[in-house]
Amino acid sequence: MSRHGHNHSPSPSQLSLRVKALESLLVEKGYFESAALDRIVETFEHKVGPRNGAKVIAKAWVDPAYKQRLLADSTAAIAELGYSGAQGEDMVVVENTPTVHNLVVCTLCSCYPWPTLGLPPTWYKMPPFRSRAVIDPRGLLKDEFDLEIAANVQLRVWDSNAELRYLVMPMRPAGTEGYSEEQLAELVTRDSMIGVGLALAATA
Amino acid sequence: MNGAHDLGGMHGLGPVNPYPEEPLFHEEWERRIFAMYVATLFVGIYAIDELRKNIEVMHPTHYLDSTYYEHWAYCVEKSLIDRDVISEAQVLERMNQLAGEAA
Repeated sequence: MSRHGHNHSPSPSQLSLRVKALESLLVEKGYFESAALDRIVETFEHKVGPRNGAKVIAKAWVDPAYKQRLLADSTAAIAELGYSGAQGEDMVVVENTPTVHNLVVCTLCSCYPWPTLGLPPTWYKMPPFRSRAVIDPRGLLKDEFDLEIAANVQLRVWDSNAELRYLVMPMRPAGTEGYSEEQLAELVTRDSMIGVGLALAATA
Repeated sequence: MNGAHDLGGMHGLGPVNPYPEEPLFHEEWERRIFAMYVATLFVGIYAIDELRKNIEVMHPTHYLDSTYYEHWAYCVEKSLIDRDVISEAQVLERMNQLAGEAA
């Protein structure tokens, strides 16, 4: 039976066994050691994530020169904070304003800026979000994310691809004038940087 | 290629049901195939475009009916076979061997 010639999903236990067999063969052939795979998993589970992107956004909120660099050459400005590498080679930061809201999707798959946001949530990778984001973004945000974008606000949808990844700069919440960069970063959520949410409100 | 992966604008695919917090991986094999995807790219067996292409040639019913990391398992295995790094017979033999050890 050839798996690549037919179209049914293997059972979960078959799939698990298949992946074990692939790892066993590649280790045996000397391409890498299993410990290297452990380190890759560890990095993405515990070291890379949306806190990186939140630091970028908070810095842009407090430092106008940085914000200008970030919007002019996002990849270089993000690298200034040490975030670069695979799946973040070419970054574009898009700014939310009182008249524009930005939403990021990858209709073809799951392209997402790994160095600044980590790995995407499951819903970002699944057909319902990918299909609807480009045909009914307002309805999608309202129905699924409880985010109503006013009719007079333009909604821009950015379709990511294997080379180019987008990061939304949410609007700085009102009442945060005295906040430090660290306090501001706490208000920047993953969802606000995808565009399915806003930055959190100031804590009184 | 305008295959089943090209989902933009399609109707009827159901609710998104976003969860605020969830684990990155739901099964151990998802961790392992994710890491192998990254590692095989890192050691230069193939380029990422090749993996993308091999997701896009999945049969549409299989693509839509399978989970995200199953797509990755499919494209990694197919790309390794296409590059003669491994053969399908070797994979099946190793699966039988591992199943025997576990039994």
